[in-house]
Amino acid sequence: MIRFSSVSVRYGEDAPPVLAGVDLTVPEGELCLLVGPSGVGKSTLLGTVSGLVPHFTGGTLGGEVTVAGRSTADHPPRELADVVGTVGQDPAAHFVTETVEDELAYGMESLGVPPDVMRRRVEETLDLLGLAELRDRRLDALSGGQRQRVAIGSVLTPHPRVLVLDEPTSALDPAAAEEVLAVLQRLVHDLGTTVLLAEHRLERVVQYADSVLLLPGPGRAPVLGAPAEVLERSPVRPPVVRLARVAGWSPVPLSVRDARRRATGLRERLASRRPPSPRAPAAGGAPLVETEGLVVRRGGVDVVRGVALRVAAGEAVALMGRNGAGKSTLLGAMMGLHAPARGTVRLAPAPGDDGGPVVPHRTAPGALLRHAGLVPQDPRDLLFAETVAEECATADAEAGAAPGRCGELVRRLLPEVAEATHPRDLSEGQRLALALAVVLTAAPPLLLLDEPTRGLDYAAKDRLVAILDELVSAGHGVLLATHDVELAAELADRVVVVAEGEVVAEGPTARVVTGSPAFAPQVAKVLAPEPWLTVGAVARALEEGPE
Amino acid sequence: MSDVVGPGAADEGRRALGSLRAPLAHRSNALHAGAWWLWALGLATAASRTTNPLLLGLVVAVAGYVVAARRTDAPWARAFGFFLALGAVVVAVRVLFALLLGSPIGGSEVLVTLPEVPLPDWLAGVRLGGRVTAEALYFAFCDGLRLAALLICLGAANALADPGRLLKSLPGALYEMGVAVVVAMQFAPRLVADLVRMRTAQRLRGRADRGVRSLVRVARPVLEGALERSVALAAAMDARGYGRTAAVSPAVRRATHGLLLGGALGVCVGVYGLLSAEGAGFGLPLLLAGVAAAVAGLWLGGRRSPRTRYRPDRWGARAWLVAGAGAVAAAGVIVAARADPGALTPAAVPLTAPTLPLGAAATVLVGLLPALVAPVPAKAGARRPAPVAAERGEGAA
Repeated sequence: MIRFSSVSVRYGEDAPPVLAGVDLTVPEGELCLLVGPSGVGKSTLLGTVSGLVPHFTGGTLGGEVTVAGRSTADHPPRELADVVGTVGQDPAAHFVTETVEDELAYGMESLGVPPDVMRRRVEETLDLLGLAELRDRRLDALSGGQRQRVAIGSVLTPHPRVLVLDEPTSALDPAAAEEVLAVLQRLVHDLGTTVLLAEHRLERVVQYADSVLLLPGPGRAPVLGAPAEVLERSPVRPPVVRLARVAGWSPVPLSVRDARRRATGLRERLASRRPPSPRAPAAGGAPLVETEGLVVRRGGVDVVRGVALRVAAGEAVALMGRNGAGKSTLLGAMMGLHAPARGTVRLAPAPGDDGGPVVPHRTAPGALLRHAGLVPQDPRDLLFAETVAEECATADAEAGAAPGRCGELVRRLLPEVAEATHPRDLSEGQRLALALAVVLTAAPPLLLLDEPTRGLDYAAKDRLVAILDELVSAGHGVLLATHDVELAAELADRVVVVAEGEVVAEGPTARVVTGSPAFAPQVAKVLAPEPWLTVGAVARALEEGPE
Repeated sequence: MSDVVGPGAADEGRRALGSLRAPLAHRSNALHAGAWWLWALGLATAASRTTNPLLLGLVVAVAGYVVAARRTDAPWARAFGFFLALGAVVVAVRVLFALLLGSPIGGSEVLVTLPEVPLPDWLAGVRLGGRVTAEALYFAFCDGLRLAALLICLGAANALADPGRLLKSLPGALYEMGVAVVVAMQFAPRLVADLVRMRTAQRLRGRADRGVRSLVRVARPVLEGALERSVALAAAMDARGYGRTAAVSPAVRRATHGLLLGGALGVCVGVYGLLSAEGAGFGLPLLLAGVAAAVAGLWLGGRRSPRTRYRPDRWGARAWLVAGAGAVAAAGVIVAARADPGALTPAAVPLTAPTLPLGAAATVLVGLLPALVAPVPAKAGARRPAPVAAERGEGAA
């Protein structure tokens, strides 16, 4: 269905090729998962299938890509629109019309599908994606998961034979991601659609894939094969595959179900051992942040309803819950972005200050930096300068820190980045690290992170976990809002689950995440009822030998 | 016996009345956007034919009432307030000019005499300062009010008609241009949303999130982001088939160009003929021929675009009623202006209190009909349970 013959792509005459030696065929009706570290050219490869590379992005395409027999070199994207449906990383950037129903019909209108067929397909697609109740809703009033489903639906209605998706579940909570993947599964099974999708969160997708296409490094030849074989030698691996390596299973299992059937022996070996206990927060210290009956109202709706939450020095707390549950608003209220309608938010006095706790929305922004720092969902919101060095210089000045402090942090977090780089040219993970460095310049005791692992590959995530771990050990408090259960399992001591602005569950990570299948990390599912959460903990326990 | 029949008949009567009552708006019964524009243009025409402040006030009141009764909670519906403010500014500016620059009206009721600024000879005929008469101010007020009423009528159309739906009614040849315009119109509100978000984020860097300086600082990143998004949108639109063309024979293409160019030329010359004194004879036929050629050209041009339309608004009985209400208002005032010019354009000199011409007022009141017959839009609170997610900007909005 999709055939690459010795495809290479380079942007610019003397630049090294982004892709080289791609020579493979994706057969019809397959769900092919594209994996690889960040910046390896996954989006470029997807672009060559829809024709956006090179027709839209520029650059030189060597070799030939054919989709359903049409060469993308001769056909611009619009001439391929009836065979390829493409959804990019940001579904909001994809919308042309204003309401859900019109958006679903837009592609068909362009292709000249007769009105009665359009009407029928829109109704079918509304049902297929569970969007029937949202049909008249304006697109800007949708949650993240709903937007992603509408974006997928909008390219499905012309019945393309190939669907190309770039990180369709990255921004979604686990339940919404399941929904989207179930839809893809149905398309592959019922309609015979060929799906090519790139995703960082392999643990969510890999069990659905028929084949895996691995891009091992920039410019290196890709590997296409059965998921188990390819993942065994892939630099990016979901937790279940890493667990297989620790336990010495081969071929590697891909789903929790496969792994569980092999794990009897491992469970027995681990039965006599205890997982490491969570960090004990500094005893007796006042909490770094404390909310009491907090209500925040936005646009006439109570987004946060009576939340009582405290984060102490030396502990990491994960805030979980579906898209739109009020997590970001809660973090914003702690930084004074939203004044509470009722209740209180108090931050502990900054180190070295005497005096009582401060109320964030009544504190001057400059002073607040020494109490708490927030890395927002899109780190670009925090970056204003034109080079990394300039960004650091302003950060030092704003935080009143010694010149060079931010630069030092950047060198530690981002050793590979030149100081003259423009922040928008950084990869997602690098941008996050830069924003983190900017926030840490003021050395706030409390660090708030909003969805920090979106778009990060496993290596970048591991680095982030190591940095945060170090900060927590040094006595910082960390509160992170996340959909990433693996991250929560790795890092958090406590998990707080919010729904519709209220706290619905709170407790030690092990207890909360294993209590609900949606929030349980893969390792916990494999080893249940043994209380293990991460591959790292299992590996350490096995190395230590029997007690 | 009659006791038994009575309630049944009443029931039937109520049901008949109920079917006349305006239903709740949904996709299938939505009023054609063009009907709103015809209604508003009718009211605007009525307003343009009179300077009677009472009648103009009535036109504004009618437009305002219908907007209040039938507007949705969509962003464009908020435009009406802006047009009201614009109207007020227009009246104020017109009166101010009459105050400063004088007026050819003259009049005898001198209110105040401003010091006159002597101007050089080559500015003969321009006066700065001097006598300000009540007549001149009153005339300027009425004149300004006419323009303001016109603007407010257009504002009403803006607030009531969905631009996206209107686009669907455009001829196929113009559709792509129309999409570009609508997308460009969405650009501004998104830019504002970005600006608000980025200014808030300034607080996270320890900077003040108010004042001009904070605005200047975020301007560049906001524009960069907007540009990035525009490119992404263009790519997405292209990948979804925007701009596909169907193969047409060169003959058809040449005929299209010829008809469109000839039509445009005909319309121009025809309008010139109508407006100039000597060309009254050939003006109208040439204009009509030009319009016909242009319509044929657009129709032929539409064959190049393979587009179809998904659920376009249907022109039903309610659309006829709404458009007709505008037409009646326009026709009524035009007729009244012919019959009784004194009442519709009352003389400013001598100053007299205006009287409401009853016939014209009655036809303007017909313009209220849409507030009865147009489908009632569903109310905001009932169908928007999730503004939360929208405002949080989940998914890199």
